[in-house]
Amino acid sequence: MEILGQILFIAVLAATGWLVYKRAILIKSTISLGKSEERTDQPARRFATMLRIAFGQKKMFDRPLIGFLHFIVYAGFILINVEVLEIILDGLSGKHRLFSPLLGSLYPVLIGFFEFLAAGVLIACGIFLIRRTIVKTERFQPARHREMNGWPALDGKIILLFEIVLMAAILTMNAADSVLQDMGSTHYTQTGNFLISQFLKPLFTGWSEPTLIIYERTAWWLHILGIFAFAVYLTYSKHLHIALAFPNTYFSHLTPKGEMNNMPEITKEVKIMLGLETPADSANEVPERFGAKDVPDLSWKNLLDAYSCTECGRCSAACPANLTGKKLSPRKIMMDTRDRLEDIGRNMQANGGNFLPDGKNLMGDYILEEEILACTTCNACVQECPILINPLDIILQLRRHQVMDESKAPASWNMMFQNLDTNRAPWKFSPGDRFNWADAVKIG
Amino acid sequence: MMEESTYKVPTMAEMAAANETPEVLFWVGCAGSFDDRYKKVTVAFVKILNKAGVKFAVLGTEESCTGDPARRAGNEFTFQMLAMSNIQVLDMYGVKKIVTACPHCFNTLKNEYPELGGNYEVVHHSEYLQQLINEGRVRIEGGESFKGRKITFHDSCYLGRANDIYEAPRHVLEALDADLVEMKRCRTKGLCCGAGGAQMFKEPEHGRKDINVERIEEALSTGADTIAVACPFCMVMMTDGVKNKEKEEHVRVFDLAELIAQAEGL
Repeated sequence: MEILGQILFIAVLAATGWLVYKRAILIKSTISLGKSEERTDQPARRFATMLRIAFGQKKMFDRPLIGFLHFIVYAGFILINVEVLEIILDGLSGKHRLFSPLLGSLYPVLIGFFEFLAAGVLIACGIFLIRRTIVKTERFQPARHREMNGWPALDGKIILLFEIVLMAAILTMNAADSVLQDMGSTHYTQTGNFLISQFLKPLFTGWSEPTLIIYERTAWWLHILGIFAFAVYLTYSKHLHIALAFPNTYFSHLTPKGEMNNMPEITKEVKIMLGLETPADSANEVPERFGAKDVPDLSWKNLLDAYSCTECGRCSAACPANLTGKKLSPRKIMMDTRDRLEDIGRNMQANGGNFLPDGKNLMGDYILEEEILACTTCNACVQECPILINPLDIILQLRRHQVMDESKAPASWNMMFQNLDTNRAPWKFSPGDRFNWADAVKIG
Repeated sequence: MMEESTYKVPTMAEMAAANETPEVLFWVGCAGSFDDRYKKVTVAFVKILNKAGVKFAVLGTEESCTGDPARRAGNEFTFQMLAMSNIQVLDMYGVKKIVTACPHCFNTLKNEYPELGGNYEVVHHSEYLQQLINEGRVRIEGGESFKGRKITFHDSCYLGRANDIYEAPRHVLEALDADLVEMKRCRTKGLCCGAGGAQMFKEPEHGRKDINVERIEEALSTGADTIAVACPFCMVMMTDGVKNKEKEEHVRVFDLAELIAQAEGL
């Protein structure tokens, strides 16, 4: 019996590892479809940014209460994993509470601390669930934000329920364990009561030893299988941010937000047009496409951004276009980019690792022209993102493609471009009149 | 009061001909050159520079659009054509330092020209005014008193979030001894006026409301009688917003430079 459990455990652990590994490889290969972009300069500054923003969650504390609750869930997740390590080792070895003899009297203190975190996580997730379903925090509501319809809204709730179940399992498991210890049940190592679960012991008064063992074992399996399932689940979910927030902040923009990236492929051509360079000077490679039409035209960092997005919607809540009812939603830009990547990933899986063109593009089939035309480039979305995602960069590259490759600009923009080309001002004024304003000061 | 005719607006060409070098180039920008409302800001700033004894120059007819609206609309060709020819002109005159009243010109010159070979020290007029005040070159005296008047400052995206300049314009306003009141969405949370990203040059996309109306409601709710701006596009949007709410008799929109000029009696 014991050995059967061990074999089952090893099989589930291996299967989980295999599934997560396969997903990670697929995600990495779709990110690699993006264009190369240098994001490894200034490693010290990058590391400091990652420590501050991802590890220290600095931007989450812009809203102190939510920041605090989120921090509990985050700290709980990281630290409770130490206990998960014990559970995994127990599972592999068929032992129970392997660390207890090693740590002695420190063991109940440690488990007590984990229980304290588990209770915190339970409460925080409960509050988060209430915010999503009862208080109806605006940015999570599909009725107001169409990109949240269906799976995304469900995903958010599933994750919270998952965590609540996991935490409830660990706490009641410990309570049942303590009751079994009190009974002197053979397999249960004497550790004494734990900080929180001791108050749950009355739940089990009157339970027989075999029933208690069944409950304790079920909760144990539920907890560990839940964690394994969660590990696989999160690769399909918005919850992937728990891993990707770290590289995403490390590789974030270090330049001022107002700076838009240069297109060197155009500089060459402009220099030739201005007579600063002759065509012979440089091998003239004309790029296949200007700007971005589909995800492979974006940079790998844009694609990492998309997988890192937690769909919290702070960007859209701050977007001037979105909050005045325009179609643009920066969160939708990120979600569409990820959806496109997931579609391409499935396509690649079905075709032996190669992407078979499906006649679709990010621009047009996922993101509409009306959306990207509504952007004021105000950087509010970039400012708001707790993990330094940049939706504006994607919008700009889509605009470049629309304007330069497709010649699809609103008529008034074409007029503006024409004025810039001929009058060197966006309006139809003669360049010769540019200095006329000074007449007012000089003459009086 | 100074004689109007004593104001000088030398061009770089005149300076070069006289073998002189200005302290700073005043980059006027398209709105500052052509937009009737914003020309008043240009004039106000020139008066301040004159009175402070700053040796400045302008490019006059040799200036062109920096290319900001083209780049943000997605037209990189037009942007780079304008940027490169501006860089040629600026380098021909050996320009080292530039001041401009337009946050869009400021951002483009400061952050985007270096990659195309144009390297200059670029300051926004809010920072420049703050410096002139700190150095005592600009004294807030001799004109209108702002004591007790409620002023709210509208952060421009290209000054604030884009370049992290939040305090300089506020310091300038504090020098007026006015009662500075903040909107709920200010500094990093400041709401856009709706004109950036080349929106200035097109009709807004379909929606429930215009962005400038959303913003002006917030500005009016502070009870301020003056809305201070530091950007030509914000000026247009906020002024239109005030008109939309039919408050133009009670609430005025001014640029920082105009307020300083008023306080100096210029």
